[in-house]
Amino acid sequence: MPSLKSLRVRINSVKSTQKITSAMKMVAASKLRRAQTQAEAARPYAQRMERMLASLGASVIGSPTAPKLLVGTGADKVHLLVPVTADRGLAGAFNSNVGRMTRSLARQLELEGKTVKILPVGRKGRDFLKRELASRIVSDISYAGRKSIGFADAQDVAHRIVTMLDAGEFDVCTVIYNRFQSVISQVPTEMRLIPAPLPEAKQEAGSGAKAIYEFEPDEETMLARLLPQNLAIQVYRALLESAAGEHGARMTAMDNATRNAGDMIKRLSQTYNRARQANITRELIEIISGAEAV
Amino acid sequence: MPVDLEIVSPEKLLLSRPVDMVVVPASEGELGVLPGHSPMIVLLRGGTIRLYEGNRVTDQLFVSGGFAEVTPERVTVLANEATPVEAVSRAEGQRRLAAAEAEYAAINKLDVAALDAAMDRVQSARAMIEAAQAA
Repeated sequence: MPSLKSLRVRINSVKSTQKITSAMKMVAASKLRRAQTQAEAARPYAQRMERMLASLGASVIGSPTAPKLLVGTGADKVHLLVPVTADRGLAGAFNSNVGRMTRSLARQLELEGKTVKILPVGRKGRDFLKRELASRIVSDISYAGRKSIGFADAQDVAHRIVTMLDAGEFDVCTVIYNRFQSVISQVPTEMRLIPAPLPEAKQEAGSGAKAIYEFEPDEETMLARLLPQNLAIQVYRALLESAAGEHGARMTAMDNATRNAGDMIKRLSQTYNRARQANITRELIEIISGAEAV
Repeated sequence: MPVDLEIVSPEKLLLSRPVDMVVVPASEGELGVLPGHSPMIVLLRGGTIRLYEGNRVTDQLFVSGGFAEVTPERVTVLANEATPVEAVSRAEGQRRLAAAEAEYAAINKLDVAALDAAMDRVQSARAMIEAAQAA
């Protein structure tokens, strides 16, 4: 039986942990709201970009001079994986889900005889993959200590990917990130960046046949500009979804932790009260039997 | 019948409203769009977008480059940034110009694509200074 004092200390320490986790939950909730608005605000640009790309891409896809960003290098030898994770932990399985998915993807690709390179975005993913796949990590990007990510950060990542592609360092690029499904569920997803999956030119209801666009300058110059921008947009989207997911995951994790701490406090106080009661009873018995003996 | 203008940056929808005419700085010359324009996709250079209501310019916005999609009833501008000309800072323009010129000088002169991109940035910075002066 633990002593009364040690129980008291224990209860107090769990109580302060609970205070921290509930505060973290609150912080995550407000950050989640901000991240969600940011993700929402980025949507119109992405949609319109997709629409333009659909009408543009269709006209050059068959041509032999189609840009590398769209059709890839033609080979399928070297794969670049870009896992997007958070810079902080305490978010449940959020980071390790992406890590695990990256690891199994890398293993599978290597079994097929392909070379794998990894460019982790976010500190936690890097740390996770360093343990087993350190030799495949080419470089890493992290935003530790930053308040929020902007489009410039995504452009930076995209720029590095494009530079690597131009240098012929990989053939296929895949981003692995947590897709934000809802506050309680984030789905690790892989998204192919290069060669770019072409959005289908959707027939807009009401407008009848698809509009035939004139391009100024010509399609190829246009595509050469549009594709890097599109890449940045895709990266931006992944970063934002991941940020929203991170806060969602942390909120859930901290909610659970707060609840568990509550349970623990309940259990410990019960033990404490029992021990106290037992002590009192024992002392009473001692007094009574002492009095009887006199 | 007005034309619906939308200006969108990657970070948010900047402006969405009907205007009578809009002039956008396309890479191959200014492009005035009235309702019923034939569908086009154009590349933008740095310059000012002018919004017309009747014959009056109601707003001028500086964009540093981007794309525009024109359909008979709608104009969508995808810009990296769009600032009202009154808010354009000359100092910022000069800073960008210096950076862009330094970059241009540093690029291998055989890399045509990179040269073009750097040249565009120089032009965009110059347009920014001009916009700031005009305001």
